[in-house]
Amino acid sequence: MRKIFVKSLIELNKKKNIYLLINDLGFNVVEPFQKKFPKKMYNAGVSEQNMMGMSAGIASEKNHVFAYSIGNFSTFRCAEQIRNDIDYHNLPVTIVSVGSGLSYGNLGYTHHALQDFALMRSFHNILILSPGNNSEVHGVLKYIIKNPQPSYLRLDKDENKSEFRNNSSIKPGKIYKIFNGDKKNIILTTGSVQNIAKKLNKNKYSIYSLPIWGKKTKKRTLNELKKYNKIITIEDHFNDAGFGSWVRECFSNTKYKNIVINKYIDEKVINHVGSKSYLMKKFGPKG
Amino acid sequence: MKQKDLRSLKNIRINILKLSNKAKSSHIGSSLSIVEILYVLYFRILRKKDRFILSKGHAALSLYCTLFEKKILNKKELYSFGQNGTKLMAHVSHKVKGVEFSTGSLGHGLPVAVGKALFFKSKNLNNKVYVLISDGELNEGSTWESLLFACHHSLDNLIIILDNNKIQSMGPVNNIIKLEPIKKKIQAFGASVFKCNGHKIDKIIKIFNLKNKNKPKFIIADTIKGKGVSFMESNNLWHYKNPDDRQLVKAIKEIKKKYA
Repeated sequence: MRKIFVKSLIELNKKKNIYLLINDLGFNVVEPFQKKFPKKMYNAGVSEQNMMGMSAGIASEKNHVFAYSIGNFSTFRCAEQIRNDIDYHNLPVTIVSVGSGLSYGNLGYTHHALQDFALMRSFHNILILSPGNNSEVHGVLKYIIKNPQPSYLRLDKDENKSEFRNNSSIKPGKIYKIFNGDKKNIILTTGSVQNIAKKLNKNKYSIYSLPIWGKKTKKRTLNELKKYNKIITIEDHFNDAGFGSWVRECFSNTKYKNIVINKYIDEKVINHVGSKSYLMKKFGPKG
Repeated sequence: MKQKDLRSLKNIRINILKLSNKAKSSHIGSSLSIVEILYVLYFRILRKKDRFILSKGHAALSLYCTLFEKKILNKKELYSFGQNGTKLMAHVSHKVKGVEFSTGSLGHGLPVAVGKALFFKSKNLNNKVYVLISDGELNEGSTWESLLFACHHSLDNLIIILDNNKIQSMGPVNNIIKLEPIKKKIQAFGASVFKCNGHKIDKIIKIFNLKNKNKPKFIIADTIKGKGVSFMESNNLWHYKNPDDRQLVKAIKEIKKKYA
């Protein structure tokens, strides 16, 4: 999804006030942007805190900044800069993390993004952009460039070309059907787990994707979901404070009694090494 | 020093003392050490298009009193400092008129200033970015990360002022994390380093006006924590304490005498 991200960023940079900051990552990915906008891309070096502070500084001068890194480096390493400098000041910085879930399989636990939703969805202004395929990458970028605001873009390392829709207009809090099945019971995904959802879908439920969500979209998502009897959430993240928990929170303190079942990555994965497919098979969401 | 300058410096210090007493707020020593630096910035140096970030956000009171002296804040606003429902909290806030950026956690201001300076430079604009940091902030890795970046990119539109009052939260800087030789360290990073007495406004102005082509300017301003009040000067107690009514009277009396 990295290459489609950069391709879309170049294509959508109409106002040309987009800056791309990287922290010495993105080899063979970000170069086309640099070639096209040489004064709009900077390598901050291996310094995530500085990159986020600088992103806030550039954004405070009426620019939209994309701060690009991988795994936990652009989130946990600089969490306070995100909290105070970006989110509190409500500045248009899109924090990009490549390598959702177990993308970086055998690079080990340091590189597994399994708690990032928990952190990023706790911030007041940050919108979560969690595309599940290439067309959703383009769609969420189109939305965020048109509506610049603090946001977190979580990308799978690998491409997912399935379900490509040219009309990729995506709105916050709205769910998008990717498989037509049962009308009352659904599977709800976010991010790169659409293929897993299809594999686990023995009862032929309808499958939906929720690519843009966050604190501010809870009401809208509740309105979308309340008509379904049963919602099974699937994510490549731990259960605690993850996507499924967020969906449960949408229903909390309401009169609705819908059944929400969460499927997620087992925390036992922490002590295991292997490829993404090996780890997902062993510890990923199960049927 | 001109009479007008003396009067303003006196007013700023008296307001700091009064408000610290009224709000029972801490960090009075850190506020008193930067009075002259802020005064020079706001009354002599900053142009409309320039930016200033107070990275040592705990000295908010000093900035608010300077903004009041500059007539950016009115008396009602200033005297709401630290009270319930106010926008003027004890760490500097961008919700307050005239404040560029909120800080409070150390090591945040410089990276943000570097971002702004980088933007202006990338657009060939001649806006300058000033940032005031504390010596305690030199413990923060983020400060050094951003200094490396600023020097690598030759950000000569960036002016960093170090409030070198030599005392941090728990005691003398030298006993906690040794910083010296600061000048050599910063020079080795690639900045133009200048040193001055941070309480002499003519000296501060002179250094602000020196050229620093292709390098960020780094000013080590030697200051005294609690400057102006004998029983507060270089005494770490006043990082936390606020003057009671009796101490307030005594402190104001001293300030009036010194800045007459």
